[in-house]
Amino acid sequence: MWYRSASFILDKQEQLRNDAVTDDAESRPHSPASTAMETAENHNANISMYYQTRSAHHGVVTSDWLAQAQAAVAGNSDAAVLENNVSGGKVKDKKLSVVDEFNNWRKQPELAEAVAAIRALAWVIRSSQATTMMELEIELKKASDSLKSWDTTSISLTAGCDLFMRYVTRTSALDREDFSSAKSRLLERAEKFGEISYKARRIIAMLSQDFIFDGCTILVHGFSRVVLEALRTAAENKKMFRVLCTEGRPDRSGLRLSNELAKLDIPVKLLIDSAVAYSMDEVDMVFVGADGVVESGGIINMMGTYQIALVAKSMNKPVYVAAESYKFARLYPLDQKDMEPALRPIDFGVPIPSKVEVETSARDYTPPQYLTLLFTDLGVLTPSVVSDELIQLYL
Amino acid sequence: MDSRRVPRTVSDPKVRQVGFFAPPDRSLSGPPDPTSSSPPVSDISPSGNSLSPVMIPPPRHLPHQPPPLSPLRAPRANDSSIPVGSYNPTEFSSPSGITDFSEDQSSPRWGRKNSSGKFAMSLPSGGFGMEASKQSSLANSKADVADGWANTEVQKEQGAAAGKPLKEKTTKAERRAMQEAQRAAKAAAKGDGSKTAAAVVNSTNAGKSAKPVPQKKDNSSVAASEKKSVDRQADKDRKKDVPHPRMQFDDENRVEKAKKRSVVKQAEARNRVELFRHLPQYEHGTRLTDLESKFFQLGPVHPAVYKVGLRYLAGDISGGNARCIAMLQAFQESINDYSTPPEKTLIRDLTSKINSYVSFLIECRPLSISMGNAIRFLKQRVSSLPLNLSESEAKTSLLSDIDRFINERIILADKVIVKHAVTKIRDGDVLLTYASSSAVELMLLHAHELGKQFRVVIVDSRPKHEGKMLLHRLVGKGIRCTYTHINAVSYVMHEVTRVFLGASSVLSNGTVYSRVGTASVAMVAHQFRVPVLICCEAYKFHERVQLDSICCNELGDPEMVSRVSGREEINSLDGWADNENLQPLNLLYDATPSDYVSMIITDYGMIPPTSVPVIVREYGREYLFI
Repeated sequence: MWYRSASFILDKQEQLRNDAVTDDAESRPHSPASTAMETAENHNANISMYYQTRSAHHGVVTSDWLAQAQAAVAGNSDAAVLENNVSGGKVKDKKLSVVDEFNNWRKQPELAEAVAAIRALAWVIRSSQATTMMELEIELKKASDSLKSWDTTSISLTAGCDLFMRYVTRTSALDREDFSSAKSRLLERAEKFGEISYKARRIIAMLSQDFIFDGCTILVHGFSRVVLEALRTAAENKKMFRVLCTEGRPDRSGLRLSNELAKLDIPVKLLIDSAVAYSMDEVDMVFVGADGVVESGGIINMMGTYQIALVAKSMNKPVYVAAESYKFARLYPLDQKDMEPALRPIDFGVPIPSKVEVETSARDYTPPQYLTLLFTDLGVLTPSVVSDELIQLYL
Repeated sequence: MDSRRVPRTVSDPKVRQVGFFAPPDRSLSGPPDPTSSSPPVSDISPSGNSLSPVMIPPPRHLPHQPPPLSPLRAPRANDSSIPVGSYNPTEFSSPSGITDFSEDQSSPRWGRKNSSGKFAMSLPSGGFGMEASKQSSLANSKADVADGWANTEVQKEQGAAAGKPLKEKTTKAERRAMQEAQRAAKAAAKGDGSKTAAAVVNSTNAGKSAKPVPQKKDNSSVAASEKKSVDRQADKDRKKDVPHPRMQFDDENRVEKAKKRSVVKQAEARNRVELFRHLPQYEHGTRLTDLESKFFQLGPVHPAVYKVGLRYLAGDISGGNARCIAMLQAFQESINDYSTPPEKTLIRDLTSKINSYVSFLIECRPLSISMGNAIRFLKQRVSSLPLNLSESEAKTSLLSDIDRFINERIILADKVIVKHAVTKIRDGDVLLTYASSSAVELMLLHAHELGKQFRVVIVDSRPKHEGKMLLHRLVGKGIRCTYTHINAVSYVMHEVTRVFLGASSVLSNGTVYSRVGTASVAMVAHQFRVPVLICCEAYKFHERVQLDSICCNELGDPEMVSRVSGREEINSLDGWADNENLQPLNLLYDATPSDYVSMIITDYGMIPPTSVPVIVREYGREYLFI
């Protein structure tokens, strides 16, 4: 409502004036090739690596992605060189290496973000030269901070790092073990985390079976591996259902998902994003994943989720969210703009005049009142339980 | 919504008929015989004023002194011993004391909640009201007819009563019978004219006041209550607490205390709104000056506590944090000066002393929820003192506990809240706040120090105009502010981006209990889809659930509604007391439903309103194990 008021226009004009002054000095952010080898902070400012990577996973290639992939490869080799050079364990080199290690892991399509982060931290432990718990903790903290700052938009990355750090600090004071056994315990835990994550998907798939009944129509949005797992399990249990899949522009993840579902012999119908309200009548439930679950019980997910949730709520269709518990984050957005901006360039297929602004945000926030239930590895929860769990975990 | 009990008319055979129960006995017009042998029972009628819902009190035509401006306010305002910045007593600039001469309406509730049950909200004033009436009737029974009548009301309201169950039954029955007598008197009054009836009433009351001071027990002083259930609960509590700490008090103490207050006319307010009869309301007026003049005849109340009580009465200290800190510091002083009397255990005696202080404070002004929680904490610390501690060790331990409570739960909590809250302010924001909350003010100042660009809209309301002080302080620091009245809130809301509100308490169902007007602001904000953020320290949370603003509230001075400070020509409501159709209502709190609240910022972080019971659960556990 503020946008309608005179003060907004005045403020905006002032802001534009200020921006114009500083704009010229800024380098154009869309030349990844030139900036890739500098510290990765430039990427943060404008393009969310998280969403770039996801689109990479989905196998849909954009020109920007290609350029970045090249840059990343170039970075990789450099990082490999750096790794070889590292002998004394200089912190700066380590930092870069953590990020690259993380990137390596991240490239695997089946791996969750948080797991990749924790594996990167495990690598830090393995190659650490510290001799005391405190030192190791400090190193881990530095690595975790650098990971987080490298991509500020990825919630599961932040949450995963936080979780692991919390585990480390909570258990670092055990008296009866010496340093090496403590170290191996941490490594074990990090390795186990990957299993936990995979198991989480299985648990969620099992829990959601009760909600998928014969003859139901499910609307899915965005390519969530958890949702795919759930639907795969349902298909294996010989349930008869069909799936309406949104296209999911701009990364067209829906196409990839429909591909996967078709391989499983599930009847799939593709919709363009605008056709959701049109088809909502024949839908029995909406099933989405989540990039992050926030403290209010709402979710942060691919752009378009909020829209679908609104339509579903107004037509009284349940919205189910499948999210592992390590995605719970201590964020609390008040509105759509209250988060770290996660932008990714949108390829319209035709050139757009430069005067025209494009909304490039890659994600939106769905408030808890539009969600019915959350399927997590902790069980089937209502949105208000998320805060309960977070309080118990972090306080 | 009428919470008045329907009194039963069956007369209990166990009732001991003493003079004043008889139908209007004109022979008892003289001063009562203080040594009468009537049993020391409370002469309180369970239904307060003994007015049936349809009856209207007869107009009292006696000239009442207008509530005097406290002459001591100015000098006292300089005496600010509260460490935290914004609790400066000089801020409060209402022309006359907006204080409540309140009974412990809220106390029975607290008393019941407290597991130890000794949450002494008893009203020692049960006696003094009577004494007051005794003296006034001594003075001039005819002239003070109305006062006497009022005092009777008070006596009826102040349900002291014996700790023994039998006596309670008798009390209730007596009250019923007396109420019947009152009703008969009123019926007669309608026929004969008010003065006669009042005289009749007064005579019966004079007879009543002949009774010796009733023994006051904790949790039994469920004053006023129209709420029989409250009475019954208190009775149950009484039965449980057999060796009651207050029983250690000698009668002399109570009599002395009663005498101390006897000159204070605890007169009940006129023209009370029916819907709020369950809340105590007394005439504002001579109380403050009386108490002030008694400063050097203290008796059982420690001077620091007395001082704090006076400041509450005068309205110098207002705001949950300020009141709580002032009270705790007064308690610290009193604990410091405390020495265990011979043959008494420190724990019990100290607990009873604290109970008595709390009762005194309640008379000055009903406890806020923050104060209630702090008292609970203190009593729990006292009761968990190991028995083998020496007195000085115990005292130092308690003093440090109180210090830690103030530091951790209030001052540091505010810092954490500010830290979280400033992350929600972006450049270019327009923030709206209502009245004056210490947490919100700290946050705005801190955000400004951090260099964030924002402007503030302060919404204010009559009669307290608390926003004015906030406005002065913010503008003094260079923050761009807009000041408006609450009737314009829907006009300015369209350009607001965030609403920050303070709270007196947050209840278990997410309801926010705060200054009256907060609910309206939150509702308008919700309608405009503006996020509403409540800044509240966790020690103010309570496990109570409240569905509306009526069942539990506080009534202020109705005179403030009729008068506008600085505008003497607005006098259309003058003489409201004489008009029986006109009942001004000055509520102090209201309840905001949780749907309107987007987020609560506490020292535990930012939580949704649905997580308040989780905090109450965790927080409760935590402070038990300090």
